[in-house]
Amino acid sequence: MTTDLRIAFLPLTDAAVLAVARERGFAEEEGLHLDLVRTTSWATLRDRLVFGQVQAAHMLAPLAVAVTLGLSQQAAPLSAPYKLNVNGNMLVMASEFAQALDPDISARLDDPLGTAHDFAAAIGLWKRKPVIGVVHRFSSHSVMLRYWLASAGVDPDRDVVLRVLPPSLTVEAMRAGEIDGFIAGEPWGSAAIDAGLAETVAIGERIWRRGVEKILAFRTPWLEENPDSVDRLLRALARAATWCDAPEHHEALAHLLSQPHYVDQPAEVILRALSGRIVPRVDMAPMGMPDFMLFSREATPFPWRSQALWIYSQLVRWKMVEHSADNAAKAASVFRPDIFRRALADSDVAIPGASMKVEGAVASPLAVGSKRGGLTLGPDRFFDGRVFDPERIEDFLAGF
Amino acid sequence: MRIVIIDDSGLRATVLEEGLREAGYDDIHIVPPRGGFVARVERMAPDVVLMDLGSPSRDTLEEMLTVSRALARPIAMFVDQSDDSMIGAAIDAGVSAYVVDGLRKERVKPVLELAVRRFNAFARLQSELDEARTALSDRKIIDRAKSILMSQRGLGEPEAYALLRSSAMNQGKKIVDVAQALITASDLLGGV
Repeated sequence: MTTDLRIAFLPLTDAAVLAVARERGFAEEEGLHLDLVRTTSWATLRDRLVFGQVQAAHMLAPLAVAVTLGLSQQAAPLSAPYKLNVNGNMLVMASEFAQALDPDISARLDDPLGTAHDFAAAIGLWKRKPVIGVVHRFSSHSVMLRYWLASAGVDPDRDVVLRVLPPSLTVEAMRAGEIDGFIAGEPWGSAAIDAGLAETVAIGERIWRRGVEKILAFRTPWLEENPDSVDRLLRALARAATWCDAPEHHEALAHLLSQPHYVDQPAEVILRALSGRIVPRVDMAPMGMPDFMLFSREATPFPWRSQALWIYSQLVRWKMVEHSADNAAKAASVFRPDIFRRALADSDVAIPGASMKVEGAVASPLAVGSKRGGLTLGPDRFFDGRVFDPERIEDFLAGF
Repeated sequence: MRIVIIDDSGLRATVLEEGLREAGYDDIHIVPPRGGFVARVERMAPDVVLMDLGSPSRDTLEEMLTVSRALARPIAMFVDQSDDSMIGAAIDAGVSAYVVDGLRKERVKPVLELAVRRFNAFARLQSELDEARTALSDRKIIDRAKSILMSQRGLGEPEAYALLRSSAMNQGKKIVDVAQALITASDLLGGV
């Protein structure tokens, strides 16, 4: 018997694994029929999930933590047993602003710390506070942008204006001059570059080499009551993710996502993030960035609890939530490695032996203990060299 | 009670406003979600904000509700978080509501119910309009197929239609699909 599952998503390249699970038969093999509900704002995606109109959602990881902590409208415990991707963001700014930065874009992207300092100087040269679009208060983009700006002494709440707008409106807002730049998931940065409105200033992957991005979120009670459907969905997604990572599929994947009921942007623009060939400015040749967006390799989908806690630490840092042992425990509980292990126990997916790690400590590929062996983690450093020990959140926060 | 309606569709907003006025509310403002709409809403200090659930600008509005100092009291979505049927009806109808915390439930509930009814009525109207449009284009296709049959087979109009209908019945298809197939075939074969 086929089980129907409704899953909400936003038109973004990193909804790829869900689209492929549905369109390439991976869900069907598990006896699932996926109804993917295209949504235009994170608020509506959240409401559809929280109020039970959909069973799961393609969600910003910090938003899942925020909803669980009661920071975003109706509080509801959410669970994320699966990460849909790692990396995939880009900060783009109008060229008039970016001209105060290193004109060698390759050097600019390779040195996020230097660029952050140049950016701080550029703020002083700008005639007013630059307005930077972020997709949501509780987004990885906002958290990463704040982290990066603060490294150069910029106070993101005082020295710039952060304007919230959904990814699909970013390019129009640039065109209308309502924002001077934005940080969003692909393909929206590339779309703004293609329109000649902006150029790349920073790449998410260079700020945090393995940054948490979208997760698959469920209401916790539903997740607990439907273990069979959850496990089948995770198995389907794991196979779809392997398919998505394979370079020979990137072109077909870009075409699939370009359709109006998915991302509705040109396949050629979507392909850039998938193949890791980013065009940083409209007149430049693509730059190779093989780790621009990951779906499967290095156990990408595994929800490390330490990553939920890293997100939490940033919410505390920016005074969006008060730190307490109770809040930290709630935040950590959003990521569910236990469910991941249960669902994929008999699959050939590499499953790490641990559920937490020190984030930012891996400088070069590192073999780690895993159930099936042969798991190598990629470098996960933060550009400023900080490491996050999830057992010592207070010390970490005191360091800022 | 000051009610602000934020909607991309001017027509739907008007339909809703009219309903609210009939029900005796008179402090109603319509704001299209464009440009600096959030600052306008903030200045209006509304008690209730009604917004299309499908509007991409909801995130922008919610950010204002989070950081605003002009609105002294926090704003909560929907009147009573435990009222699941109300929330379900609102989401089905595609309307989201933000209500100043502390407003009594009895005061806000009729506004929400009215918004849900008007949003549903508007959606029905729109789908009827779409159906009417489809029916019109269906008729054009069938007319063209009929004229092909009339000129190629020397049939009268009633016979041409009867032939289309019986072919459709035999194939278990809709008349318009058979007519479309005939037009395509005729185009391919260089007919009229």
